[in-house]
Amino acid sequence: MYAPQILIEAALNGLMTGAVYALIALGLTLVYGVLHIINFAHGALLTVAMFAVWGAFALVHVDPYWAMVGIVPLMFGLGYGLQRFVIGPASHGNDNNVLLVTLGLSIVLENGLLALFRSDTRALDSDAALQVIELGPLLLSTPRVIGFAASLAVTGLLWLVLNRTDTGRAIRAVAREKLGARLVGIEVDHVYAVTFGIGCACLAVAACLLMPTYYVNPRSGAAFVLVAFTIVVLGGMGSIAGALVGGLIIGVVESFSGLLLGDSLGQIGIFLIFILVLLVRPTGLFGARA
Amino acid sequence: MLAVDSLTKRFQGLVAVDHASLAVPAGSITGLIGPNGAGKTTLFGMISGFLTPSEGRVLFDGADVTGEAPHLRARRGIARTFQIVQPFAGLTVAENIAVGAYLRHPKRADAVAKAREVGTRVGLRDQLDKPASDLTVAGRKRLEVARALATEPRLLLLDEVLAGLNPSEIRDILPVVRSIRDGGVTILMIEHIMQAVMTLCEEVFVLAQGRMIASGPPRQVCADPQVIEAYLGKGAAARMKAEEAVDA
Amino acid sequence: MSARDLLPAIVALALLAALPFLGLSGSVLNFLVTTLIIALAGLGWNVLGGFGGQYSFGHAAFFGTGAYATAILQMKLGWNAWGALGAGIGFGALVGLAIGYLSFRAGLRGSYFALVTLAFAEVFRILANAADFTGGAAGLLLPLRPGLATLQFADRKLFYLLVLAFVGVALLISRWLERSRFGAHLIAVRENEEAARALGVDALAVKLRAIALSAAITGAAGGLYVQSFLYLDAGVAYGTWISVEALLAPIVGGIGTAFGPLVGALALQGLGEITKHLAGGIPGVDLVVFGACLIAVIAFAPQGLLGLRPFRRRRKARGERTVPVGA
Repeated sequence: MYAPQILIEAALNGLMTGAVYALIALGLTLVYGVLHIINFAHGALLTVAMFAVWGAFALVHVDPYWAMVGIVPLMFGLGYGLQRFVIGPASHGNDNNVLLVTLGLSIVLENGLLALFRSDTRALDSDAALQVIELGPLLLSTPRVIGFAASLAVTGLLWLVLNRTDTGRAIRAVAREKLGARLVGIEVDHVYAVTFGIGCACLAVAACLLMPTYYVNPRSGAAFVLVAFTIVVLGGMGSIAGALVGGLIIGVVESFSGLLLGDSLGQIGIFLIFILVLLVRPTGLFGARA
Repeated sequence: MLAVDSLTKRFQGLVAVDHASLAVPAGSITGLIGPNGAGKTTLFGMISGFLTPSEGRVLFDGADVTGEAPHLRARRGIARTFQIVQPFAGLTVAENIAVGAYLRHPKRADAVAKAREVGTRVGLRDQLDKPASDLTVAGRKRLEVARALATEPRLLLLDEVLAGLNPSEIRDILPVVRSIRDGGVTILMIEHIMQAVMTLCEEVFVLAQGRMIASGPPRQVCADPQVIEAYLGKGAAARMKAEEAVDA
Repeated sequence: MSARDLLPAIVALALLAALPFLGLSGSVLNFLVTTLIIALAGLGWNVLGGFGGQYSFGHAAFFGTGAYATAILQMKLGWNAWGALGAGIGFGALVGLAIGYLSFRAGLRGSYFALVTLAFAEVFRILANAADFTGGAAGLLLPLRPGLATLQFADRKLFYLLVLAFVGVALLISRWLERSRFGAHLIAVRENEEAARALGVDALAVKLRAIALSAAITGAAGGLYVQSFLYLDAGVAYGTWISVEALLAPIVGGIGTAFGPLVGALALQGLGEITKHLAGGIPGVDLVVFGACLIAVIAFAPQGLLGLRPFRRRRKARGERTVPVGA
């Protein structure tokens, strides 16, 4: 019923969106894997980063890709501070509390942005969004191809950081055995905050990659956060490879269900996958944690 | 009263309990001993319904209860305590015990009365209205026993109720265990403290590496070379002998 | 339950019932109606979340179902409003039972349960937004027909009293939970499910009863909401706003206590109104305050407002304790 070209384009678009989704989910799954908490403010933090990209472009005319240089460290710092001085101390080490504190945080951030910027939707006023790459009969949006490549690169980079650096080893040690890590002199609270900061840095990169083709309003992040949760659950909580594969799958699913069901119902495919995975296989495709 | 018939539990290839059988006669205090990791708590889990056996049967009063859920076994009259004691934190000591008492007494007044009676019986009378989270380790152990006892069981499974207590606390709690049996409750207990096993149990089963390697009266079992080999080690056996000499 | 157990509830309800006769303005009365509806939704959340320890992030699923059923049965099937409201409560409970059965059977708890409930509510929202019989994106507009059979009163005081009556019933249910076998079982399952099962508690059945009861109460809040505003769309019925309000009220007021949701709703909504006035119409400021309150309560007063010192002494004297969020 659909021309093959439309289907292929839908699949490729899905993969490209999925890679950025994967990047967003990466931050979430990393924080889960190490801190064993669900960061409900992940979406709101993404919105913050997207507004930062928009602000840098609209106010000082910084190209969104160049904005990474400033926004990634800023978001890392914000994440570090939030975990170290708000989420950690406020939740008294109780998982349900973390959920509520990060929910509170997301309410504050989202509505703080609403108070500052109102509910208007903003996009970058640039023609970069319209550039395309010709691939045989297919036309692919240049910023989305960049987003795809950059997301994969960041995922690989993160994997290297975790596996080849001392910080990465400390993070993995804390993830595996908190008490043991503390006994060998690793400062657990610091590692937690660094991990949370890295999660936010991933969001900053994602925001820079999204903004050329996307728009932002104070509720933008909320649309992404359930998608990110779905990816994390699908890929297995805490699994980086799982986040990447899950992100790509979800991107394609969303693309096709949008094609088949239309925009308003399109999102439902993701939620149904989410519910189904939780009910049937809560450890996800790659999760080993029982 | 309780018969465990060739019970086996495998966890992904690892055999935790391997064709273990035991029998607990009505009115007895029976011990289950064995080195750490022998599978004692796993066996308890299968008897109380928290774990499903890979093979074998559990018979209670002649009825096959192998596949039954824990709460149904509790209704039949099997109660258990847990090795790691965790009181219901938001409740007082009496309210904790009442959760057990509600099993046979749906009305609050009756359940609370029963709870206070049981609490007094195990020596928690002065703590009944305190928050359960304020109890000492010894108090929590008593609470654990009281909660189980309040379900008015016919068989009580005690999982290391003495572990973590100091000698005087153990001395205090031994008569409580005996009085429970004298009140008509059959007891099967996992215990590491040999002194307690010797004084309380009429019969002891020894589990090592998932297999039942010996059974009989405690003194006989402790003299069994196979048991000494598997469980006590030569040094410990010598210490035991010395203690016995002192006792005598 | 003895008369003494009920005394605080009766006094509180009597005071609230006297309120509209003090010559309050229409807008204050409207504010109180909304606050009580939120308190009712929170009383529902508290049954499952407070007493049962199962934190739902998707009580909108029950609120919205109650609201839609109440509206649709009247508009499309010509039901009497009372019957429609009753059926709305029933539908709410059924949805609760279904979600509970799926989630609890799968062993979901903690964060996983919170996320799955949130996803269910979102699915309902998307479906309600797309379906015809819910009025789609345009929503439903209940015709204005004042009368006893339509549950629409020319005098706003009467509607206020009706909502208050529902709050009263929910309060009594909560008091009953504090003093009954079912309540004890529910708390036991919250604190340590394994130990509870060993004591003969059928944990799954207890949780299912709790979610059905919880959903019924929150469904009633949804039904009353649509009767109050005579308008409904998917964003209002199944939106995250009500899921958040329903959990904020009990957590801020005092989780797992009968009065917590009422106290929390009054305090938060009052604070929200004051903030809005001070901020002069900037959108979202009241919610920023709510979010900050949530964080502050978890950080500094895990037992909520009722756990603060002036309230605590009285509670302790009666040998009762409020319950920390998870300690």
